[in-house]
Amino acid sequence: MSAGAVGGHYAYWVTVFLMVAGLYIVVARGNLVKKLIGLSIFQTSVYLLYIGPGKLIGGTAPIVAEGFRVYSNPLPHVLILTAIVVGVATLALGLALVVRIREAYGTIEEDEILDRDREPRGGE
Amino acid sequence: MTPQVAIVLALAIPVAGAIGIAACHRAPNLRESVTLAAAAGMFGVVLTLVGPVLEGSRPALFVLEALPGIGIAFRVEPLGMLFALVASALWIVNSIYSIGYMRGNKEQHQTRFYVCFALALACTLGIAFAGNLLTLFLFYEGLTLVTYPLVTHHGDDEARRGGRVYLGVLLTTSIVFLLTAIVATWAVAGTIDFAPGGILGDAGLSNAAIGGLLALYMFGIGKAALMPFHRWLPAAMVAPTPVSALLHAVAVVKAGVFAVVKVIVYVFGPELLAGVRAADWLPVVAGFTILAASVVALRSDNLKRRLAYSTVSQLSYVVLAASLLVPLSIAAAALHIAAHAVGKITLFFAAGAIYTASHKTEVSQLDGIGRRMPWTMAAFAVGALSLIGVPPAAGFLSKWMMFQGAALAHHYVAIAVLAASTLLNAAYFLPIVYAAFFRAPPAGEPAHGEAPVAAVVALMITAAATLALPFFVQVPLALARALAGIGPN
Amino acid sequence: MIRAQLPALLVVVPLLAAPVIVLARRAALAWALALAASWSSFAIAIALFLQVRAAGVVSYAMGSWPPPWGIEYRIDALGAFVLVLVAGMGAVVAPYMRRSAAAEVPGERLYLFYAMYMLCLAGLLGIVATGDAFNLFVFLEIASLSTYVLIALGRDRRSLLAAFQYLIMGTIGATFYVIGVGLLYLMTGTLNIADMAARLPAVTETRPLVAAAAFVTVGISLKLALFPLHFWLPNAYTYAPSAVTAFLAATATKVSVYVLLRYFFTIFGASPAFAEVPFQEALLALSAIAIVTASLVAVYQPDMKRMLAYSSVAQIGYITLGIAMANRAGLTGAIVHLFNHGITKGALFLLLGGVAMRAGRASFDCLAGLGRAMPLTSFGIVIGGLSLIGIPGTAGFVSKWYLVLGAIERGEWWLAVLVVGSSLIAVAYVWRFVEAAYLQPPGPASPRPGEAPLALLVPAWLLVGACVWFGLSTSFNVGGAATAGQLLLGAR
Repeated sequence: MSAGAVGGHYAYWVTVFLMVAGLYIVVARGNLVKKLIGLSIFQTSVYLLYIGPGKLIGGTAPIVAEGFRVYSNPLPHVLILTAIVVGVATLALGLALVVRIREAYGTIEEDEILDRDREPRGGE
Repeated sequence: MTPQVAIVLALAIPVAGAIGIAACHRAPNLRESVTLAAAAGMFGVVLTLVGPVLEGSRPALFVLEALPGIGIAFRVEPLGMLFALVASALWIVNSIYSIGYMRGNKEQHQTRFYVCFALALACTLGIAFAGNLLTLFLFYEGLTLVTYPLVTHHGDDEARRGGRVYLGVLLTTSIVFLLTAIVATWAVAGTIDFAPGGILGDAGLSNAAIGGLLALYMFGIGKAALMPFHRWLPAAMVAPTPVSALLHAVAVVKAGVFAVVKVIVYVFGPELLAGVRAADWLPVVAGFTILAASVVALRSDNLKRRLAYSTVSQLSYVVLAASLLVPLSIAAAALHIAAHAVGKITLFFAAGAIYTASHKTEVSQLDGIGRRMPWTMAAFAVGALSLIGVPPAAGFLSKWMMFQGAALAHHYVAIAVLAASTLLNAAYFLPIVYAAFFRAPPAGEPAHGEAPVAAVVALMITAAATLALPFFVQVPLALARALAGIGPN
Repeated sequence: MIRAQLPALLVVVPLLAAPVIVLARRAALAWALALAASWSSFAIAIALFLQVRAAGVVSYAMGSWPPPWGIEYRIDALGAFVLVLVAGMGAVVAPYMRRSAAAEVPGERLYLFYAMYMLCLAGLLGIVATGDAFNLFVFLEIASLSTYVLIALGRDRRSLLAAFQYLIMGTIGATFYVIGVGLLYLMTGTLNIADMAARLPAVTETRPLVAAAAFVTVGISLKLALFPLHFWLPNAYTYAPSAVTAFLAATATKVSVYVLLRYFFTIFGASPAFAEVPFQEALLALSAIAIVTASLVAVYQPDMKRMLAYSSVAQIGYITLGIAMANRAGLTGAIVHLFNHGITKGALFLLLGGVAMRAGRASFDCLAGLGRAMPLTSFGIVIGGLSLIGIPGTAGFVSKWYLVLGAIERGEWWLAVLVVGSSLIAVAYVWRFVEAAYLQPPGPASPRPGEAPLALLVPAWLLVGACVWFGLSTSFNVGGAATAGQLLLGAR
């Protein structure tokens, strides 16, 4: 790969790195909050994936006036706003679940929770 | 009453009877009367169809379109007519016997028993009158499911194990082989209606494909108990004896061999099979089953088990005769369905009567029992003679036709098998009769009398039918011949 | 004209019902609103089905912005069929919920339960109705988020972890989907599904397209619980409230199948670039593994809800198997099984909910002797079980028929054997129930004799009756499936 390919596409490299890092955290970490953090990082990479290609070199915001001819694509921004909202809602829901799990189990480590479920309990 | 109405009534009466039986749960005598009334009604309705069928009409009834292009439809033809006659007539007798047996043994869950019986008969008639493979398959599976509560009637571990084998073998064969065969037939032939001469003639199948499809059908019809898929039959012996009688004589196995003959005649067509040599393996498998089952019967001490394996063997008589593909042997196969039914039901009734009266289950225990239970054992002797094929019992005629058919087909192996198994039949039946009448009972045994009256009455009826059938054989024989295309069609 | 606004009303009615329910607060009023909204949606879905049958496609421009710039709701034969299933299940489960949810969800949270249910319904209906790829993502997340909450409202504390795991996996799935949509948008410049299909053949660079297809497929497969991405399903179904399990089992995975069908046939089918990618073979293999392993695992489960959950994974395998066959019979089998399995599993889980109400759990030691204690419930479960096996006379048989036919028409006999052979495994796990309920005496954990309340029995038996009805009179399910299948194959 030429230097131009690496350098010119640095946005995509960041995107891929965030994607993979986020997924790794989700899979490799047992702490529920850390999983959620990994999930958020993963979702952030998607935002970059959309917005990056939308930017045209030399493009401006879509202003309908003299002198503005090349517009960057505004649609990805709209889409990503929606996706951010979805991501925030998911994160909020996830954290609420973690709070309830903490109340019910006393821990937020996944393996400890599974252990506590495996123990025979007095009543269901 | 038009034939269409008769078809509807023939299925509706047993179902209505089932509902009535359930409603009369608290009044046993009323409940039993409902059974008998339903049985008599069904028999009467079935009788009205005999005339039209013998004259050559084939009453048909289309109910609804279940799948695009395939409907639930009925079509009465000679073989189905014969089966329906046998089943409905024997239901009456079986009900009389059941009353005696169930009350004599103080069985539990009698309402459930009679309800499932009635539903089983409804499914049996559905099979008998089925106009296409889908309708046949629908009622065939229905019969398996409805007889499961009958087989597991006692509800104990043994019943559960027996039920598992029963259901396992029957559902495996029907879902894996029979369903595949039916779908394949639809894919290849574009139709699954029964038609004289078969529907696969124009399908352009290779010999191997026809042979393979035939194998799928034959092994898929597990109720015909072709080896190695016969294990369900001895396993079902955990059921009370009236259920065994139903299974062996009235409905279940008869449905199996009926389906076998129907598939050979109306799906493949004898000409197609004879022309491709692809069916040559079938007489071999049937012959093996006949002999192997007879040997196992010979070595079984448990009376019901011996009768079960005798049934396996006799069913393969029907398959063997049908697989010889000549009209005479096909007629013999159909007639044997009726002859074996009356003979076998007599034997099972006798076995149940013996158990009810004396709680004996093994052949070795039966020394001298003829002195105490003369009527029962006389009937047993009659049934045994019929199955061996001694004139004038019913079994003689069908066996004779089978010998003739085998000779016509130049199938000398079949003749040898038939002869050998006749000897084996004698070997495992006659000693029982001899021991019952001519040996002294073991000393120190509690005395017992005959079985309950209802049971004995039923026994006498079937024994008499076994003896009388050759004299009243016109209708079954005419139907059998009509099936095979001999004489007026 | 209300008729013209029906596609929008379909989604808007439950969507608006949710905040109104939150304002209403009282449980009885909340339930009444949810019932009204569910039944209205069902009526609208039927009306739309009839419209589509007459006109072929119903198209609705949201906010009067013309497609492809505006968001378009586009309902064709496949969509209308799935809409009737989803809305129908919603309409049947809503009356059931009044007593079932009251027994399982804490009283002060009931109104929130109904609000979430409305959002879930709106989301699922929106997924099917929309014709815009990103709008689909939005509705997918609406449905998913409300599902996570619904699952977490179960009695057992394990429902919390189950909901959390589903949240993680489901969000990853949805995000994969959105990545795929992003790549497709990059290459085609449009988000409208029909427009995308039209523009795809002109795209020359195929690598991003294949990548997009992979992301979308994996993402949707997570939602679909296709093996090996099914791990969230058993826990989610087992610990969720009974009504939720029944509703989800019948709708959520089926809607994901709809999305898969839409992408496979309408979008990816348009471009020859996908012909080289071995999607079909991979899907075939995964479906076969799903069917066999999930059925086998189901046989050994100690809890009947869990057993049926694994059975669902296997049954979804049948649906994807039919899709992988990609011929008329196979596709008809897949789409008809989408419907048939929906009503069968719905009936089974609703009946099990009745058992859970009387016995507290649905584990097999509670089911001993159920035939005597709750005869109607047991018999209904038996019929549902027969439909799972595929006994003729039930809906499940119709699906099996078409799947076997599809396999035979492809000449792949091992597939036919797989379909019929796996039915035998279903016999094994259904018969566990029959033996426990009818052949075992009641144990200490069994419920006292007494049927479930009518509010639970009637909807459940309605579905049981549907199982038998659609097994014998198949003009709706087979006809609808065949039309949809033909449409999809024609678009290819």
